[in-house]
Amino acid sequence: MDAFNLYTQMERDDVLIAFKGSITSELLTSILQIMETKMEDLHEAPRTRKKVFNVLVECLQNLYHHIDEFEVEGSALEISEKKSAIFSISRNFERYNIVTGNFVSTENVEKLTNRINMVNGLTREELKAYYKKILNNGEISDKGGGGLGFIDIAKKSGEKLEYSIREIDENYSFFTLTVKISQN
Amino acid sequence: MKDLSLEGSAKTPTIDFKSAGELLIKGRSIPENSIEFYKPLIDWISEYSDNPKGQTLVNIQLEYFNTSSSKCILDVFKKLESIADSEVSIKWFYEEDDEDMLEAGEDYEAIIDLKFEMIEVEEL
Repeated sequence: MDAFNLYTQMERDDVLIAFKGSITSELLTSILQIMETKMEDLHEAPRTRKKVFNVLVECLQNLYHHIDEFEVEGSALEISEKKSAIFSISRNFERYNIVTGNFVSTENVEKLTNRINMVNGLTREELKAYYKKILNNGEISDKGGGGLGFIDIAKKSGEKLEYSIREIDENYSFFTLTVKISQN
Repeated sequence: MKDLSLEGSAKTPTIDFKSAGELLIKGRSIPENSIEFYKPLIDWISEYSDNPKGQTLVNIQLEYFNTSSSKCILDVFKKLESIADSEVSIKWFYEEDDEDMLEAGEDYEAIIDLKFEMIEVEEL
C-alpha cells in the first residue's frame, strides 16, 4: 500500500486528525486531549478553542451514542463494519471543519434529515428557545445524546448543519455531517 | 452526614459537597454517561435536604459541559429547588468572553426558581 495519496489528500484538506474505526470512550478522551493541545500550540483565541471543543464533544458523542444504540443484524464482521465510523477535523485560516460519517438504517433516514432540516430552519433566537424547551421537558434518552445534540451544535457553531446521505442498499445508508466553526 | 468529595477527571468535574451547606461543581462535565455520574450527587442532595443548613451556597465553576450533562445539571438544580427550610443561592461562574456559558447559566435561571448570580472571571 502506498499511503502517499492519502497523505497528500489530507495535507491538501488541512486535516489535523482523521480516524476510521470503532468509537470508544477512551478514543474520545484521547482525541479531545490531542485537539486541546493542538489548539494551544496554534495559539487559538480562547473563544475559538471553546467553541471547537464544545462542538467536537457533541459531534463525537453523537457518533458514540448512535453506534451504541444502532442495531445491526448479520455476521460479526458485518456488525463491526456497520458499527464503525469515520471523522476528521481540519482547519484553514477561516474555520474549523468537523466531518463525521456513519451508517444509519435506511428506514431512519427521513426522520434524521427531517430533524436536521428543522434545526436548520430555526433562527438563533429560536434555537435558544427550543434548546431551553427540550432541556426543561426532559425529552432526553437515558444515555444522553439524542434530543439536544444537533440543537447545541447549531447554536454554538452559529452555522447551518450540512449533511449528505448515500444509500448503500435497502437496509443501510451512510450519513455524513459537516459542521463549520468560523475562527472569528 | 458525610461530605461528598470526588476528584475531577478528563471528563468529569471535581465535586465538593459539604454538609455545612457549601456545594461546589468545578471543571468539565463531558462524560458519555452523565446519569451514572450525577446519580450520587442527586442522592446526596436528597439526604442533605432532610436536615439542611439555613443557607446553602452552590458554586458552579464549569469550563465545559455536554448536552447529556445539561439535563443532569438541571436535575441537580431541581433537587436544590425542592429543599425546604434553606435559602439556596447559586453562583454561576463563567470565563470572560464565554457567552455560551453565560447563556447556559441564564437558561437555568429562567427555569429554576432559585437565586442565581452570574460571575465573570478571567479564568476558571
